[in-house]
Amino acid sequence: MSYFSYPAAVLPASAETLRAEVREFLAVELKDRGPLERAQSWMGFDADFSRKMGARGWIAMTWPRAYGGHESTALDRYVVLEEMLAAGAPVAAHWIADRQSGPLLLRYGSETQRQKILPRISAGECFFCIGMSEPNSGSDLAAARTRAEPAEGGYRVTGTKLWTTYAHHAHYMILLARTEPGERREGLSQFVVDLATPGITIRPVLDISGAHHFNEVHFEDVFLPADSIVGQPGDGWKQVMGELAFERSGPERFLSSFELLKALVRVLSEDPSDMAREQVGRLMAHLVVLRRLSTSVAGMLQAGQDPQFEAAVVKDLGALFEQEIPEIARRLVGCEPSLESQDRFLNVLAYTTLAAPSFSLRGGTREILRGIIARGLGLR
Amino acid sequence: MDDVNGIVAETATRLLRDHIEHRLLVDAEAGALPGSLWNAVEEAGLTHAMIPELAGGVGLDGVVAANLVRLLGYHAAPLPLAETMLAARLLAEAGLVPPCGPLTVAAAGGGSGLALRRTSDGWHLSGKAERVPWGRVAGALAVVGDVGGERVVALAATADCTVARGTNLALEPRDTLTFDLRLSPAQVAPASVGTRELKLMGAALRSLALAGALDRVLELTAGYVGERVQFGRTLSKFQAVQQSMAVLAGQVAAAGGAADLAAEALAGSLSFPRIAAAKIRSGEAAGIAAGIAHQLHGAMGFSHEHVLHFYTKRLWAWREEFGGEAEWSRALGAQALRQDADSLWPFVTAA
Ligand SMILES: Cc1cc2nc3c(=O)[nH]c(=O)nc-3n(C[C@H](O)[C@H](O)[C@H](O)COP(=O)(O)OP(=O)(O)OC[C@H]3O[C@@H](n4cnc5c(N)ncnc54)[C@H](O)[C@@H]3O)c2cc1C
Repeated sequence: MSYFSYPAAVLPASAETLRAEVREFLAVELKDRGPLERAQSWMGFDADFSRKMGARGWIAMTWPRAYGGHESTALDRYVVLEEMLAAGAPVAAHWIADRQSGPLLLRYGSETQRQKILPRISAGECFFCIGMSEPNSGSDLAAARTRAEPAEGGYRVTGTKLWTTYAHHAHYMILLARTEPGERREGLSQFVVDLATPGITIRPVLDISGAHHFNEVHFEDVFLPADSIVGQPGDGWKQVMGELAFERSGPERFLSSFELLKALVRVLSEDPSDMAREQVGRLMAHLVVLRRLSTSVAGMLQAGQDPQFEAAVVKDLGALFEQEIPEIARRLVGCEPSLESQDRFLNVLAYTTLAAPSFSLRGGTREILRGIIARGLGLR
Repeated sequence: MDDVNGIVAETATRLLRDHIEHRLLVDAEAGALPGSLWNAVEEAGLTHAMIPELAGGVGLDGVVAANLVRLLGYHAAPLPLAETMLAARLLAEAGLVPPCGPLTVAAAGGGSGLALRRTSDGWHLSGKAERVPWGRVAGALAVVGDVGGERVVALAATADCTVARGTNLALEPRDTLTFDLRLSPAQVAPASVGTRELKLMGAALRSLALAGALDRVLELTAGYVGERVQFGRTLSKFQAVQQSMAVLAGQVAAAGGAADLAAEALAGSLSFPRIAAAKIRSGEAAGIAAGIAHQLHGAMGFSHEHVLHFYTKRLWAWREEFGGEAEWSRALGAQALRQDADSLWPFVTAA
C-alpha cells in the first residue's frame, strides 16, 4: 500500500537518560557560544570540542569496541546528534569522520587501516574530508577524472578535488579516483589519503559569505602506498553510493536552520500576531513530523536495513524546511538581515539566508535526490 | 493478541477491497449508505475496533485500530465507520452500551450550537449539531458535552431529530441535526473526555484518513504515468514527471509520518502537539499532492469517469474537518511561542 515505509522507532529508555546528560554537558560547554556561532550548525569547527565529545564517548558510538567504538545503538547516537544540532554545537571537526568515513573504513577498510585510524576518530583527534567532487564532476560523480595510476608499491595520483569541506583542517581525505582508464562507474576506487603526503596542495575557496570552509585540493603526482586503497580496486562506485546513504540520513538534514527558528520564536514571543502563531505552528508541525521520519530511518539502520529511498525523501523534505525558515522569518519580522547589526536575530537571519542555498546542494542536490526517489517509485 | 490484530486488519482489507468498486463510489455520492458493505463491516466487528479491552472491547491494539481509518481513507470507503468506531469507544468508555448500526459524534457546549442540560428527572438535549458526519444515516450519536465544568457523554437517538442535509466537497453527508430530546439518567454518563478531546480525536481520525487517501493517490498516479504514452514514451520516462512524482511521494511520506503520530496519540494520551502536528502536516500534504496528481493525470483525471476525484475531493474535504491547518497551526504556534526560545527544542522532543 505504501511505497516507502517508516516504521515507528521507539527510542530506548537509555536514550532519554543520555539526552539529559548531553543537555547538561552542552549547557556548560556552550555557555559562551553566541547565536551567530550556533547558527553555523554542523559547519561550526572546534577541535577542542570534538576532543571533549570523544572523551565523553559520543563519537563512534555504534562502532565495535575493538576499534574504539562504544557499541551503543543507532538511536542513542541519533539522540546525541540531534541534541548537538539543536544546541548549535561546533561538531564539524569530527562530523564527517563519525558519519561516513569511519563507517566506510569499518565496512571496507583493511584491518591495518581500522586499527590505525578508527580509535583516533573515536577520541575526537582525527578529522576527515570528502574528496568526491571535481571541477567537472559534481552530480555526475562517475565523470571523476582524478587518476590513481598503479605504480611500484602503490599508486601515483594526479588531479583536482573541489568543494572539499575543511580539507585545511583534516588529517585524511577519502579520495575517489580512477584506477582504470575509461569513462564511467567501472574503474573508480577509494583511498584513504594522509593529507600531509608530499605533492598535495590545499587552496581555499571562499563561499558566498566570504568564509573559508571549502577548498580546492590539488594532487600532483602524489605517491600513495598500496595499502591506502579502501576495499577492492574498481569498487569505488559501489562504496561511494553506500557512503552517501549515511550522508543523507541524519538529523543534520533538517536542523541546519534551527538556531534561526529559535531566534525567531524569541523575537515573536513578545507579542505574537495570529499570523506569527500560524506560521510558527506550521513550522513546528513540519519539524515534529520530520523528526518522526528521521528517527524511523535511524531505527531502520539499527535493524540493518537499507533505507536509501526513505533517507532521500527525508533529506529532500528537510532541505525544503530548512530553506523556508529564513524566508518565513523575514516576512514575519519585516526586517533587513544584517551581519553587522548589534541585533542577534538579524545576524542569525543574515547568516542563514546566505547559507540556505547550500542545503539543497551538499550531499546530493534536490534534483538528484528526486531522481533517486523516482527510482524508488519504480519509474526509472 | 497479535492474531486478533492481524485478523482484523486482514478482514478489513478484504471486505473493503471486495465491496468497493467504481459503481459503489458513484452511488455513494447520492448520499446513501452502501448497505451490504455496512452489514459486512459490522458483522466483522469492525465498529467496535476502538473499544479498549477494559471497556469490553476485543483487545485490539489501539494503533492497529487507528490504522483501520487509514485503510478506510485508502479505499475512500463511503461509510461512517471511523465515526462509529469513535462513538462506540466514547460510549463504552463511559459505561454506556453502543447500539448497533451506524453511529456518529457531536459536541455539546464548548461553543457548539448544541446544549445538554440537567433537568429534574434526567437530561435535555437541544439545539443544532452542525455538519454532523453521516448524521442522516446514524441511528444515534455519542454527544460529548462540557456541562458546567462536568464532562459527560450522552447516547442520543436520532429518531426524533430533524435533519437538514448537507455534504462536504466529496459529497459525503455532513448534516445539521436539530434536537429537542429528553434523555433518561441512564443515557448520560460522566466521561473522561470533553469537547476539546473530541476535536482532537476527530482531527486524528481525519489525519489518518488523509494519509490513506494520499497512499492511494500516489499509487494511482504512479500507475497512470507508467501507462500513459506520449511522444512515444510512458510519461514516467520524462524527467519533469519523475521530479513531480518525487515531490508527491515526499508529501505522502510526510502525511504517513503524521498519521503515525496521530495513531499513537489516539491510542494513548491524546497529545495535543502530536495531533495538531499531524493534522497540519497531512492537511498541507493533501493540497500539494492533489495538485500534482491532477496535473499528472491530465484531462482524464478531471473526468467524473476516472476514480481520482473520489480521493482528491476527500483530501480537500477532510483537511478542513475537525480544524484545518490554519486553526491547528495557530493553536500549536501559540503554545510554541509561550516557551522561551531555549525550551523550544525540549518542546519538540517531548511532542
Ligand atoms: C557547502 C557545500 C559543501 C560541500 N562539501 C563537499 C565536500 O566536502 N566534498 C565533496 O566532494 N563535495 C562537496 N560539495 C559538493 C557537492 O557535493 C556538489 O555541489 C553537488 O554534488 C552538486 O554538484 P555541482 O555543484 O557540481 O552541481 P552540478 O552537478 O553541476 O548541478 C548543477 C545543477 O544542475 C542540476 N543537475 C545536475 N545533473 C542533473 C540531472 N542529471 N538531472 C537534473 N538536474 C541535474 C543539479 O541538481 C543542480 O541543480 C559541497 C557543496 C557545498 C555547496
